Amino acid sequence: MVERTVRIGSTHGLHARPAKLFTQAVAASGSQVTVQKTGGSPVNAASILAVIAQGIDHGDEVTIVVDGGDEQTVLDELVELLGTDHDE
Amino acid sequence: MMEIRGTGIGQGVAVGPVVRMAERLPEPVDRPSHLDPQREGERARASLSVVAAELANRGATAGGAAKDVLEAQAMMAEDPSLIDEVTKLLDTGKTAERAVFEAFAAYRDLLAGMGGYMGERAADLDDISQRVIAHLLKLPAPGVPNPGHPFVLVARDLAPADTAMLDLDQVLGLVTVDGGPTSHTAILAREKSIVAVVGAADAAALADGDTVVVDAAGGLVISSPTPEQVADANARIAERAALQSAPVTPGALADGTPVPLLVNLGSADGAAEALKLGAEGVGLFRTEFLFLGHDTAPSVRDQQEHYTRLLRAFAGKKVVVRVLDAGADKPLSFLNAADEENPALGLRGIRALRHSEVILREQLTALAAADAATDAEVWVMAPMVATVDEARYFSALAKELGVRVAGVMVETPSAALIADRVLAACDFASIGTNDLTQYTMAADRLLGTVAILQDPWHPAVLRLIGEVGAAGAELGKPVGICGEAAADPLLAVVLVGLGATSLSMSPSALADVRASLARYSPDDAKALARAALAAEGAAEAKQAAEAAASEITASRATAS
Repeated sequence: MVERTVRIGSTHGLHARPAKLFTQAVAASGSQVTVQKTGGSPVNAASILAVIAQGIDHGDEVTIVVDGGDEQTVLDELVELLGTDHDE
Repeated sequence: MMEIRGTGIGQGVAVGPVVRMAERLPEPVDRPSHLDPQREGERARASLSVVAAELANRGATAGGAAKDVLEAQAMMAEDPSLIDEVTKLLDTGKTAERAVFEAFAAYRDLLAGMGGYMGERAADLDDISQRVIAHLLKLPAPGVPNPGHPFVLVARDLAPADTAMLDLDQVLGLVTVDGGPTSHTAILAREKSIVAVVGAADAAALADGDTVVVDAAGGLVISSPTPEQVADANARIAERAALQSAPVTPGALADGTPVPLLVNLGSADGAAEALKLGAEGVGLFRTEFLFLGHDTAPSVRDQQEHYTRLLRAFAGKKVVVRVLDAGADKPLSFLNAADEENPALGLRGIRALRHSEVILREQLTALAAADAATDAEVWVMAPMVATVDEARYFSALAKELGVRVAGVMVETPSAALIADRVLAACDFASIGTNDLTQYTMAADRLLGTVAILQDPWHPAVLRLIGEVGAAGAELGKPVGICGEAAADPLLAVVLVGLGATSLSMSPSALADVRASLARYSPDDAKALARAALAAEGAAEAKQAAEAAASEITASRATAS
């Protein structure tokens, strides 16, 4: 199990398109992944509804935990995705 | 043969078979299931996955921005958290329909409570929920049907998204049971030149496959028409096709008095089409689209870029830009207060901008810069002005920031009643007839039940317009019309008779209005206006103007 905390890069936070790209990547990874907004509780990162319901905004810090599969590669990939601004 | 009355949008005619839009499903009853939870779970998962596949397919077909939205919706339909929730509900003995309904409703409420962008996604969840429940019940999915042949769409009302998605090669005409002439459905229908009759209460009785004639000019739907009626409708369709292809000339009365014909645009995208149809400029450029759907105002640079793109398309022509008109039916989270009991009477238009002056300053700065960078003649106006003080405030601020021509929209009876003083404080006025009618008649323009009152033909409304026209003539300042009233060919003549110096409308209305204006002299227009003003109600005013018009045409026929 690996984890890392990252700051959200998308101008409009983890909503709509960025949330879709993120959950799609999680589902494709085959690992169990949770995402937790600082101060909140961890939710299934493969669930677009659970992710957008966290109300994660630009600049918020989130902690990703990856369990199973190629943990380190999956974590790196997801961290990069969250740090990118998809709304530009 | 049966005639159904409603409010016609535009002047078009259509003939075709009815296809009804499936109505929203009622909330599934919360009763114990007689299947075991496992079997209900299979049903729910099967329907969820069919709907997800449908949405993904629609996304692939649509492409572009719609693809992302529909793909996200497809993912929501098969969301693991949602399926967990459904399973939990099924374990308490609920039916699949009810469990799906409750699970989506819980997320819908969660998102709606977050407001802003998330709040808008709440409606997406309702839509997915309806689709899944319809599939479970083996009922047609709600939404615009696709029967595979041209048809007349009959619906209770359409969501703006439905109207925007209509396939115009297939939809010959549109009939709605609810909705008034200035509802957003009507405005979109007009913009896209869809032959439409709205607020036709008795259309609820029409059945799939019935042949109907949709007569927008007459505000009429004829079911089971006679062969003569069909032939007449087809003749009118051909006649209108010929009119639309008539040469494009500047707007003018019979004696050559120019009445510039301008267009209402909501983004720079419609510019080419408008110019092709003979637009002599833009009479109302709405800027809300730059702001809607955002949590903060766009930057000066982004705004300037978009304005410049529009102004380049209209080089050498007049472009009247309305600064941000947020509030009432178009609230913006960063500008409007959350809860007002009467938003149409609240902090909207210039009131809201004055309250958040930095947004107004940025917009005026961007407009002045775009004006300086292009050859278009830029006029800027403020919405919802009710006092001389507001007109003076806006005009001074606009000039300070480099705007050359600053005016106000006359949408409140107060501004119309003291138009001489309002016009003295700025460069021009443009009458927004939709809101002016709403405020004069005290009838919510979005409410179907009072749609009958939302009629710019009402002599009270016409009299206010006449006040503004007279003040403009006295002071030598332009008075434009930029509401839907200008798109009505006969009312357009009345408005000119009341003193309007230019008319702005949807591009699709240009040909009809151009042809109508060319039939009357300035004195004729004044005579039509007098006849309408003297009537006791909207319907009577229209009849009086029609009678005066036929008299004029008849006397010409005798004279020649």
